[in-house]
Amino acid sequence: MQKLSAIGSVASSLFRRRTLRRPSSAAFSTSLLFDDTQKQFKESVAQFAQETIAPYASKIDRSNYFPEEVNLWKLMGDFNLLGITAPGEYGGLGLGYLYHCIAMEEISRASGSVGLSYGAHSNLCINQFVRNGSPDQKQKYLPKQLLTSVSHVVSMKLITGEHVGALAMSEPNAGSDVVSMKCKADRTDGGYILNGNKMWCTNGPVAQTLVVYAKTDMAARSKGITAFIIEKGMPGFSTAQKLDKLGMRGSDTCELVFENCFVPEENILGQEGKGVYVMMSGLDLERLVLAGGPLGLMQACLDVVLPYVKQREQFGQPIGEFQFIQGKVADMYTSLQSSRSYVYSVARDCDNGHVDPRDCAGVILCAAERATQVALQAIQCLGGNGYVNEYPTGRLLRDAKLYEIGAGTSEIRRMIIGRELFKEQ
Amino acid sequence: MDFSFTEDQLSIQAIARDFAQKRIAPVAAELDAKGEFPLDNIREMGQLGLMGIEVPHEYGGAGMDPVGYVLAMIEIAAADAATSTVMSVNNSLFCNGILKHGTEEQKQKYVRAIAQGEAIGAYALTEPQSGSDASAMHTRATKNADGDWVINGKKSWITSGPVCRYIVLFAITTPGIGAKGVSAFIIDTQKPGFHAGKTEPKLGIRASATCEIEFNDYVCSKDDLLGQEGKGFSIAMGVLDAGRIGIASQAVGIARAAYEATLQWSRDRKAFGHPIGSFQMTQAKIADMKCKLDAATLLTLRAAWAKGHAEKNGGRFGTEASVAKLVASEAAMWIAHQAVQIHGGMGYSKEMPLERYFRDAKITEIYEGTSEIQRIVIARNETGLR
Repeated sequence: MQKLSAIGSVASSLFRRRTLRRPSSAAFSTSLLFDDTQKQFKESVAQFAQETIAPYASKIDRSNYFPEEVNLWKLMGDFNLLGITAPGEYGGLGLGYLYHCIAMEEISRASGSVGLSYGAHSNLCINQFVRNGSPDQKQKYLPKQLLTSVSHVVSMKLITGEHVGALAMSEPNAGSDVVSMKCKADRTDGGYILNGNKMWCTNGPVAQTLVVYAKTDMAARSKGITAFIIEKGMPGFSTAQKLDKLGMRGSDTCELVFENCFVPEENILGQEGKGVYVMMSGLDLERLVLAGGPLGLMQACLDVVLPYVKQREQFGQPIGEFQFIQGKVADMYTSLQSSRSYVYSVARDCDNGHVDPRDCAGVILCAAERATQVALQAIQCLGGNGYVNEYPTGRLLRDAKLYEIGAGTSEIRRMIIGRELFKEQ
Repeated sequence: MDFSFTEDQLSIQAIARDFAQKRIAPVAAELDAKGEFPLDNIREMGQLGLMGIEVPHEYGGAGMDPVGYVLAMIEIAAADAATSTVMSVNNSLFCNGILKHGTEEQKQKYVRAIAQGEAIGAYALTEPQSGSDASAMHTRATKNADGDWVINGKKSWITSGPVCRYIVLFAITTPGIGAKGVSAFIIDTQKPGFHAGKTEPKLGIRASATCEIEFNDYVCSKDDLLGQEGKGFSIAMGVLDAGRIGIASQAVGIARAAYEATLQWSRDRKAFGHPIGSFQMTQAKIADMKCKLDAATLLTLRAAWAKGHAEKNGGRFGTEASVAKLVASEAAMWIAHQAVQIHGGMGYSKEMPLERYFRDAKITEIYEGTSEIQRIVIARNETGLR
């Protein structure tokens, strides 16, 4: 299988691909969205994800764990998917958010939970290093190769997939209202002492490297927030039992516990008191990249539904010939294609340096709500079959619902957009 | 127009509520997680009269009217939808079908056993290749030399299939003439020739056992033909009209549970220094949830009243039943979805029951006629066009 080593070689190597049995819906038009290289990138990731990840999707959901027989993190690292937005000098592809969204879509199409964990690792963690890390921090945590210039540390190898990354923001009593966080970091000799809890940390149970927000000044509200790099094994840092969830099973979520955890000064990401900038600007891009998730889930719904309504006959004809079903698949298709257009247009804007919080919130608001509706309709098209676990539609619904809640609820996204629009008048 | 309930109706509601809160709600999450059938609770509900609510006293039932049945179903469903699925099949599909079409002997033998909770009943119409298109079934019953029926074929999605004792089954007795060639039978699963498949893991109502069943030269006594030969399809459809009131009640119960949990949460959970229920975005959701819940409840009660009226005075209640089922099931799905959303991360977690309501609600849009079939029934009845 072809790695995504660099954009040029991606294009040249694609024609050597083995032919793959493609879902019929792979032919949905993307001509206005992508240039040829981007299309080839999409096909290449699609093939990787369908061959490497999709066969485990059902088992990951059922067992609530990533498979033991293969290391999906390592395989994604080997395929160069983990550092899409990281510069080449750290082993990344040096590409933009549009490519990152494509990868997020295709991985999520194969498995929603692998997609979510992938998004948390590659965007929430790695991209925060790329955007805010000092050269030393990037060299320590990101690279594929151990760099001799940082001889005093062991390479953390996030981009190879040997280490898993995470980001922690929410707390038990600070969800949508994240600035009210209580986790605090008190100044001490050479660093800080962290105390408090973080909730809903995706990849928390398996992560070696975590970006964690805490208050260095409790009185200063948003201006008292600082971002820290936490490493697994730091004394005073532990993770509580992983959460049992409706969907995204296997993408582990847990509570992080800090009890007098010493964090050295050099582990500040960005600057002291500037965490809210790291957080909020990161959230814009997080929303954009994660919006690829619901796109992939919608595509996965159509991958199941379209062949089904052709094969399944009732009243002497394929159910796809009934207007009820035609109406449903038309709405599902339109939801996917309109969301896709919005996501990739905004991704292109971000790549051109225009990051608009309204649109970053808008793309995931739009795609996430549509994905849940598309998944509900997918179950409905399959009737009783859609409700049993033999078919993937129940899983797709459970996974889709996450995106209306995680990374800011739909309500918060509406507030962001509404406030920004109001502010401009 | 009087919206008050009779003493009898209130008393069966109170019995159901008490049992639901004390015995069903505490184990619902665990039964869902394990996919375990609530056998003990079903038996006890039978002893309380909840498995034959509309069954007259002389056949071992509670002797209540359809409104009493709806009120009791709502209480059970609010605690655990899966338990109410079993209750609905026993009451509206099994007992109701035999009461309406059975002989005195059949009623004494089969209805009594189910109504008193001694055994569990099932209803077998759907096949792997005939779901919405029920008359396209393949299961075949042929008459042998003694005049008894030899049955062969497969039925799918059979609620309580793995645990039931008796089944109302539909099979083809005269092939090639479609719906008019279907007859109804009562099956005893302890007789040879009956096989139940494995319980199928599902998205929701996981504590109710669903499976495929198979008949291999099962011999059904001629005494166990239900109604007349060739009338099976009209029996099936008539029974489903009643069944739809049961599913509508189940949907109302799920919706009510999700709504009440949301009210509590929106008062207790604070963000930005205020209870989230004081924010307009939450208020909009709560208001819409309340409107849909009330509409679903009232339409379901209207359908129950119409059924009672039709039983006394003749007439039909199929449209009312389909309207109730369609509105209530879509309301339940929507309300459960909004309830998850308002609970945020906690709604997505299995620590709270919202995600279970969300998974359970979806089945009400599918079984006993999908929403699409309800729309077809309603529109055909309204326009007179086929």
